[in-house]
Amino acid sequence: MRHLMNPLDFSTEELDKLFDLANDIEQNPAKYAHTCDGKILATCFYEPSTRTRLSFESAMTRLGGRVIGFSDAASSSASKGESVSDTIRIISCYADICAMRHPKEGAPMVASEHSGIPVINAGDGGHQHPTQTLTDLLTIRSMKGRLDNFTIGLCGDLKFGRTVHSLIDALIRYDNIRFIFISPEELRVPDYITDMLSEKKIPYEEVIRLEDVMPRLDLLYMTRVQKERFFNEEDYVRLKDFYILDTDKMQLAGKDMLVLHPLPRVNEISVEVDSDPRAAYFKQAQYGVYVRMALILTLLGLA
Amino acid sequence: MLNVGKIEEGFVLDHIKAGKSLDIYEHLQLDKLDCTVAIIKNARSGKMGKKDILKVECDINTLDLDILAYIDHNITVNVIKNGVIEEKKVLVLPKEIKNVIKCHNPRCITSIEQELPHIFCLADAEKEIYRCKYCEQKYTESAK
Repeated sequence: MRHLMNPLDFSTEELDKLFDLANDIEQNPAKYAHTCDGKILATCFYEPSTRTRLSFESAMTRLGGRVIGFSDAASSSASKGESVSDTIRIISCYADICAMRHPKEGAPMVASEHSGIPVINAGDGGHQHPTQTLTDLLTIRSMKGRLDNFTIGLCGDLKFGRTVHSLIDALIRYDNIRFIFISPEELRVPDYITDMLSEKKIPYEEVIRLEDVMPRLDLLYMTRVQKERFFNEEDYVRLKDFYILDTDKMQLAGKDMLVLHPLPRVNEISVEVDSDPRAAYFKQAQYGVYVRMALILTLLGLA
Repeated sequence: MLNVGKIEEGFVLDHIKAGKSLDIYEHLQLDKLDCTVAIIKNARSGKMGKKDILKVECDINTLDLDILAYIDHNITVNVIKNGVIEEKKVLVLPKEIKNVIKCHNPRCITSIEQELPHIFCLADAEKEIYRCKYCEQKYTESAK
């Protein structure tokens, strides 16, 4: 029995198969509409995350399966003090596969050790969120036709951004990827990541202004810069506009560049960019459903 | 000089940092074994000045000594069979350590579920880096 805890749990060959399946689902949804008839997905969300939960629920429903679950810890037996390992033993009797989100890091792994059904980590604190990374990779592969030979700009909060760290880990397995990290000094990518890139001789550079690098990017991955991450108001006011993507900055970019964002966005991408054909972030949400459908089928052994 | 008799079968753990023998006694769970154990503290040592020595008379297959490498890889492990040193064991860092060190990450699931074992996996043998199996936080001495 297989679980998904970390985006690196799957080899690049396995990911290719998963993404091929996701693309086939995208092209032929009717073919898959009953592949999970009679199957049940349990969404065990110990903290609210409406988007991720609905994406899983949509995925299972589109496969013909059904969904049970809870959407916050207060409405689960965790509020009575039940351990994760006990909960998953019970859920294993009720469902065929489980997607678990938990504020504590490693909770889905604990579940997987005691589970009778496949467990998908749907986000564990600041640790991992593998289906987001799979979504990012599927979006890039589907829209660009490849996962190698890119210059990717990662912009915003690169220090605390879990999605950014996971995406870097996932992309370095492909050939000829160049990273440009665009962030204020306070929110630079952690040293252990730049050390690892240097060790593996993967090219990267760190810059402060998004405008300076726009023409060189094949992909731009935006994240939110939160005001509370800055040490003082003055720096925030000085720097915040560097990280707001608007039509002026988009004019500097190549015609094939894609903009991705894990969402939700607040104001880091102006709504005027939404109609730009290079804006891929809403398509990304659609790919999130396809990749979760492919993942459910794969882990259930139905692919 | 204090004299402790020879053992027929078991281990002599030599060059233990002075004062650390009781920690090792605990980690190896020697209290649970029904066998002769000699704990020699502050023995004179040409190399170390002072050192501790542990002599354990037991079946040589009963003890898991991997953990010693994590605690102190300078410890010399002599395997005794028929009253003579049969082997000097080379200590290798264990791939996994269970319930020896604790995860101090307040965001880790082990911080709220008390019954969970604290398991650390060897992430980098060269730099001797262990990470919590659950949250992958690096273990640092200062967090002890």
